[in-house]
Amino acid sequence: MSLFGKIWRTGVATEVLRTVDPAAVDIGREIERRVKALLGRALATREVDAGSCNGCEIEISGLASPVYDMERFGLHFVASPRHADLLLVTGPVTRNMEIPLRKTYEATPDPKFVVAVGDCAKTCGVFAGSYAIAGPVQAVVPVDVFIDGCPPDPADILAGLLRAVDRFAERRPDAVSPRVPVGPARP
Amino acid sequence: MIEFVALLVQTSVAVALAPGVVGFIRWLKARLQGRRGAAPWQPYFELRKLFGKEVVVSRTASWIFHAAPFIVFGTSVVVASLVPMAVVTVVADRSGDLFAAVYLLLFGTFFLALAGLDTGSPFGGMGASREMTVVALTEPTVALAIVALALGAGSTNLGDIVIRGVLEPARVPGPSYLLAFAALFIVTLAETGRLPVDNPSTHLELTMIHEAMVLEYSGPYLALVEWGHAVKLLVFFSLLVNLFVPWGIALSLAPLALLGGLVAFVVKLAVLSVAVAVLETRVAKLRLFRVPELLSASFILALLAVMTSFLVR
Amino acid sequence: MTPSALALGLMVAGYAAGGGLGLAARTGRAARSVTAAGGIAGSLGALALAISVLVTGVPFDLALPGALAAVGGILLRLDALGAFFLAVVALVGLPASLYGWAYTAGHDGRGGLGFLGLMFNLFLLGMSVVPCAGNVFTFVAAWEAMAVTSYFLVMTGADHEDTRRAGLWYIAMTHLGLVMLLPMFFAMAPGPDQTSFADLRAGAAALSAGGRSGVFLLALAAFGSKAGIVPLHVWLPRAHPAAPSHVSALMSGVMIKLGIYGVLRVALDLLGGGPVWWGGLLLALGSLSALLGVLYALMEHDLKRLLAYHSVENVGIIFIGLGAGFTLQSYGLRALATFGFVAALYHTLNHACFKGLLFLGAGNVVHQTHTRNMEELGGLIKRMPQTALLFLVGSAAIAALPPLNGFASEWMVFQALLAGARIPRPEMAVGVPIAVGMLALASGLAAACFVKAFGISFLALPRSEHAARAQEAPWPMRASMWMLAAACVALGLGASVVVPALSQVLRGIDDLGAGLGGVPPPGLLVHGPAGIGQMSPLLIAGALAAALLISVLAVRAVRRGSPRAADTWGCGRIQQTARMEYTASAFAEPLRRVFAALYRPTADITVRLHPESRFVVRSLTYRSEVEPWFEKALYDPILRAARWTSRSVRRLQAGSVHLYLLYVATALIVALLSVWWVK
Repeated sequence: MSLFGKIWRTGVATEVLRTVDPAAVDIGREIERRVKALLGRALATREVDAGSCNGCEIEISGLASPVYDMERFGLHFVASPRHADLLLVTGPVTRNMEIPLRKTYEATPDPKFVVAVGDCAKTCGVFAGSYAIAGPVQAVVPVDVFIDGCPPDPADILAGLLRAVDRFAERRPDAVSPRVPVGPARP
Repeated sequence: MIEFVALLVQTSVAVALAPGVVGFIRWLKARLQGRRGAAPWQPYFELRKLFGKEVVVSRTASWIFHAAPFIVFGTSVVVASLVPMAVVTVVADRSGDLFAAVYLLLFGTFFLALAGLDTGSPFGGMGASREMTVVALTEPTVALAIVALALGAGSTNLGDIVIRGVLEPARVPGPSYLLAFAALFIVTLAETGRLPVDNPSTHLELTMIHEAMVLEYSGPYLALVEWGHAVKLLVFFSLLVNLFVPWGIALSLAPLALLGGLVAFVVKLAVLSVAVAVLETRVAKLRLFRVPELLSASFILALLAVMTSFLVR
Repeated sequence: MTPSALALGLMVAGYAAGGGLGLAARTGRAARSVTAAGGIAGSLGALALAISVLVTGVPFDLALPGALAAVGGILLRLDALGAFFLAVVALVGLPASLYGWAYTAGHDGRGGLGFLGLMFNLFLLGMSVVPCAGNVFTFVAAWEAMAVTSYFLVMTGADHEDTRRAGLWYIAMTHLGLVMLLPMFFAMAPGPDQTSFADLRAGAAALSAGGRSGVFLLALAAFGSKAGIVPLHVWLPRAHPAAPSHVSALMSGVMIKLGIYGVLRVALDLLGGGPVWWGGLLLALGSLSALLGVLYALMEHDLKRLLAYHSVENVGIIFIGLGAGFTLQSYGLRALATFGFVAALYHTLNHACFKGLLFLGAGNVVHQTHTRNMEELGGLIKRMPQTALLFLVGSAAIAALPPLNGFASEWMVFQALLAGARIPRPEMAVGVPIAVGMLALASGLAAACFVKAFGISFLALPRSEHAARAQEAPWPMRASMWMLAAACVALGLGASVVVPALSQVLRGIDDLGAGLGGVPPPGLLVHGPAGIGQMSPLLIAGALAAALLISVLAVRAVRRGSPRAADTWGCGRIQQTARMEYTASAFAEPLRRVFAALYRPTADITVRLHPESRFVVRSLTYRSEVEPWFEKALYDPILRAARWTSRSVRRLQAGSVHLYLLYVATALIVALLSVWWVK
């Protein structure tokens, strides 16, 4: 019962989401208004580690902690891409993770969008040019939002996700995300 | 005729209320974990979003995969109509008793397990296997709890049991009712996939029991499965509160009685939800092969409940 | 000629023609057609006879003393109880005959179809005459005919070692039953010439309490072994899978019910009920069979053996109903006792329908894929859609899912047990809850087992070449399944009409007659005994249909576009093959662990290494066996004792003619001395 005493004493630890540095979030592709309206209040997130060092993963796992608490904005993690609306991809895409990443993208139902987290996801970071790398995430699946940092702050990641569904753009209302054929990227 | 309308209204309200109960428990757990958490009405946003999503179906799946979400939802709704919540209706009472309710829920689980096997995914098979194991092991406890209640009330029909409890309040806090309540509480946790049997918010496939069967579902199908699961939770909670704490339930269709019944029902649900949220925060998930030990303990409790109801008579 | 006599004539003529002409037929095709036609005609005759007796309420009598007058002659007396069981025989016999027409086509060039047809029709004839029998001779003759013909039918596949052993077990157990049957009948007979059932009833009334109990125990042993009650069930999982599928359907659906008929006839009708421990013993054996049957079924991956173990389970459930009935009767609660017996009869009828359906479905699968092993099946729902749908109906029925017939009869058995709970005795306080618990556990496990049986066999990807190339079965095999599936659905939805009708079956039984007034007329609801519970399968079905329709329409309205096909989510792996699916053994593994104390599973893992390096594994083979507890604990010692005894006795056969002459002379002297001493 000391557990409940501790709960009582600790109280609610969630911090207000601080103003974020605009340079950290790069909206690469606008998501259409209808999709934002649909996904805005309840966003299911599937995290894909495409060969990262796990630094970004640790920051992403902080999103579910009491301090950052992504659930208060309606976001939550899901295990299966069939349940997901958004793929959170980290890491320079290694050769071994290229096909699984494409398969994950194909398995996610429309409407969906992709967020690339970290410098490695955008530009392969320090691993650029390595023999084990297939390319940045953009070369494998179409990316809508980039969040820079090595690793980015959890507050930046959260703000990036929220900005992606808040902003809207002119587009055909029933457009779906482009289909990506599954298979090796290069011969 | 008016009874039939009341039944429809009660069922519809229950089906509409069910995601709110799930959201309320989630919100309570979030607060107990020291975070703000989503609002208690978050599941409604999730359902709305899911109805707008695309359906992706595996190539190996057959018509069973397509049929299972409807069957899960349909059977949960029919059972919700059989269970007295704010008011006891005669129409529902005569159509099905507690055995019918339990076996209807088994119907839904049967098809969901088949759908899990249908996709050919090993996760689906694992979920189906574990779910059927847990469900099979809860059956004797439920049957004995029904016997214990029916011996006291003289009937297995839910309405009769509730009415008897209201009219003879002295009998209810007796040992057989308390033991049956404890047994059914454990069964509720097992059947609705709550801690300590199954963690409803886990992401680790190898720890899943119920979730693993639905990993392949998307869009409206997933919405129906989740909604059906929420209705099943509401049904079990209603059984727990109305069979064992029946006072306040409306026995007629007079407006004042109905209002009183609704208020009593909501209050009782809230108390039970708080209890479940606190319990889930306190305990850790059991290893899968410890769950049968927990279920055997609930079986012993139910057996004792029946024997004491024999002795008390 | 009365209509009943005509019906009887059609029945006998149909079976005889089917058998006899089949033997004389030239081609295999002709033999098959004649067999099937004879079976169908005979079943129709039997059904007509049964219905005429049930509807008019007048029993059918026929006496043919003839040359067999010395042993009592052929005496037929068909009362309501017998007519019910005759109807069950016909109800499954008809589809099975139709099924056999197409199923045995594989034998066309190989011959033996004439003999098969003869045995099949004689089997049906024997099973039809057993409920009609009015005296000991007719009963035992029909019983033995049934046993011997079914033995030959089981041995159709005698080129397999397993089949031969199964046949041996079967014929041994059935004759063990016969050995106990004869003394049981003769104990009740008042005199050597008075062997009709009416005489036996009078004779049984004159027996002492100890004598009646002895007769009851003999009846239980003899008929229980035919029905397949634990511990006399060991022949069932061996013989039923070995037989051709339409014969398995008949054996499981009908033949074991004749064991139930025997118990009812002897214990209820001839003996008129007895002390409480009779019902208690039936309850205990029933609960044990129900639970053990399903537990062993769970571990099977041979589709037909799984179904055979489920027959043991369902016979257990019927015995629970019988036990409740007998217990209530011994306390004088006649109305409640009637309810218990009606529950048992209803489950008998339902089990005949859905077990027949399941065996015929398994037959379809075996016919098309040439394997009974579930680990080699899969994906059949796309290749054999009708068979899959019908097998699903059977699975749902046996798993007791509302609103089908399995649920209705299990509901009634639960209510009968609850009625027993009203008796304020300590043995009831302990016995009823345990029986309820075991029954509920058995039914939950049955649902799990059929998720496995249907899911692994029909769903997902095919696990072998045979399964991948399977085609839908020929139309007679499907039509017979449709008939039984329709019966399952009708019996379930029409429960409120069927239950009062079944209570009329028991009106010939003197002791229960007073209790029949308490049964309400047919309506929308099924009523429990004395107002314990009510249920309406029709209303439940209606509500379910409405809920499904509304949700389907709502999703149709909301959904955007049609579903997109994609690969199964496998965590991004490259490929999905059948090797990655769940197997039947894997599905049952959690339950194997939970019940490990019963199963004592052995696990055998063989690792084959690469010849050049002991760090590279070529293959891993996993084999797990469940301990055959009954064979080891009960039957092996008996068999060892029997062998030891026969070896010892064989020493008497020394081979010397002088010794044999000495034996003959000694026997003669002893016989003469004993005659002189008796005089």
